Amino acid sequence: MSEVVEQPSLPTPTPSVTTDTAEFWAATLEGCLLIRRCNACGEAIWYPRPICPFCHSLDTVWEESTGRGRIYSFTLIRRPGGTYANADPYVLAYVELDEGPRMMTNIVDCDPSVLVVDQEVEVVFHKTAVEMALPRFRPVG
Amino acid sequence: MSINGKAFIAGAFEHPGRELPDRSVAQIHTEVALGALSDAGLSFDDVDGYFCANDAPGNGVLSMAEYMGLRVSYMDSTDSGGASPLCHVGHAAAAIAAGKCSVALITLAGKPRTSRAGPVDMTPPEASFEQVFGPSLNASGYALAARRHMFEYGTTSAQLAEVKVAASIHAQYNPNAFLPKVLTVEEVLDSPLVCDPLHRDDCCVITDGGGALVVVSPEVARSLSRQSVKILGHGESPKHADGGRIDLTYTGAVYSAPKAFEEAGVSRDDIDYASIYDSFTITVIQEIEDLGFCEKGEGGRFVLDGALVAPYGRLPFNTDGGGLCNNHPMNRGGMTKVIEAVRQLRHEAHAKVQVPDCAIALAHGNGGNLGTRSGAATLILGRQDS
Repeated sequence: MSEVVEQPSLPTPTPSVTTDTAEFWAATLEGCLLIRRCNACGEAIWYPRPICPFCHSLDTVWEESTGRGRIYSFTLIRRPGGTYANADPYVLAYVELDEGPRMMTNIVDCDPSVLVVDQEVEVVFHKTAVEMALPRFRPVG
Repeated sequence: MSINGKAFIAGAFEHPGRELPDRSVAQIHTEVALGALSDAGLSFDDVDGYFCANDAPGNGVLSMAEYMGLRVSYMDSTDSGGASPLCHVGHAAAAIAAGKCSVALITLAGKPRTSRAGPVDMTPPEASFEQVFGPSLNASGYALAARRHMFEYGTTSAQLAEVKVAASIHAQYNPNAFLPKVLTVEEVLDSPLVCDPLHRDDCCVITDGGGALVVVSPEVARSLSRQSVKILGHGESPKHADGGRIDLTYTGAVYSAPKAFEEAGVSRDDIDYASIYDSFTITVIQEIEDLGFCEKGEGGRFVLDGALVAPYGRLPFNTDGGGLCNNHPMNRGGMTKVIEAVRQLRHEAHAKVQVPDCAIALAHGNGGNLGTRSGAATLILGRQDS
């Protein structure tokens, strides 16, 4: 179980939930990051969907990620817009999970000026206005 | 040439469902694709052309190609409502007859019955795993790509700036250019950071406007007094996030360029002028590598010493000033890329930037976003008479 922050400072837009992803978003409230695993070829799939995009098997299942990974790339967005228009500059990133997938996310609870590619991070969940939470990441240690 | 006898419908599948509240629209597209491929005795791995209309969620074919894990060399998202699949069959047959693909997948799906109980979500399937994190500026995805390219290959902000400087040198001769001022590397680096490591001057301009092209048969071309430009080769491909294995250091040009060069029967050394999609400076660096003008990772060093500056650089590019300084109408720079290549091949570019005896040109486009999914297309064009 990872931390679920009730009132995060960064905006938390509400995701659209489909039948593909209802279980994923429900699990976020428990501090649980789900990924999809293909039983046929063994690959971990991101974003979650019923079909395996690698071998095209429909035999895919949910699996709890360790929630740990490394920064694959990041940027400090200095001119926030859209749903983030009122936010201070914030970090957009790809994190490569220990299981393999690279996911878009934010790096929070950090000094952006000292972040580096390949830095270790862990997931933290930020609650949205509805019963879901966004998986963001923060530096380890 | 006609399509008569050149292509066959090998698989067909109608979804058995009539009310499908428990499936996403993307999933139904996938199920019918599986059904039709299975009917044909083929698999997703055999598909090299994909066709869908506006009933598919996302931008053209890009989102569904990623969802299903397709790697295709031909894509078409023509929409004419209920007639779309028939258009797609005709277009697929023409593409197969021309050798552009050999297994074309056409899908249609939706949930209008379910939507009577409440709106059906047509949000692209990836959006809730991207948009919620605020990639609100287009620049942010390119910044992610630039940072990773720098990490893996040592590319520098000063090398990115060289691309803008070359474009600005060309733009000074274009009376319509939005930014006609010649810039220095220092000035680019001194412009404000927008999304680290990209500065304001790493970005293209935002402009109104547009462009148009007329493509004709050899017979019509011969009947016209105006110099026309011969289409020698074409290649295209989506490049997507690949099931969570996105690689931000390359573009779809790695797929589109070999097809175009093979069809044209020319080599990189034959290219006199190149229109290279320049939404951001990093876009150009990566494309130069992926188009095959230098080794992977060498793009930053390739652009030094005025390599891109017309008329005598190693690879004269974007002589109109490009999207970086001249024009990027509707936030889509592909049209102006083709137009400037036509000017060069007609020897009608500005005298200061006209490549002498320009005979073969390349035009390359990369739409979508380098940081997520994009569509790449490469054209090789020639001055030869029709």
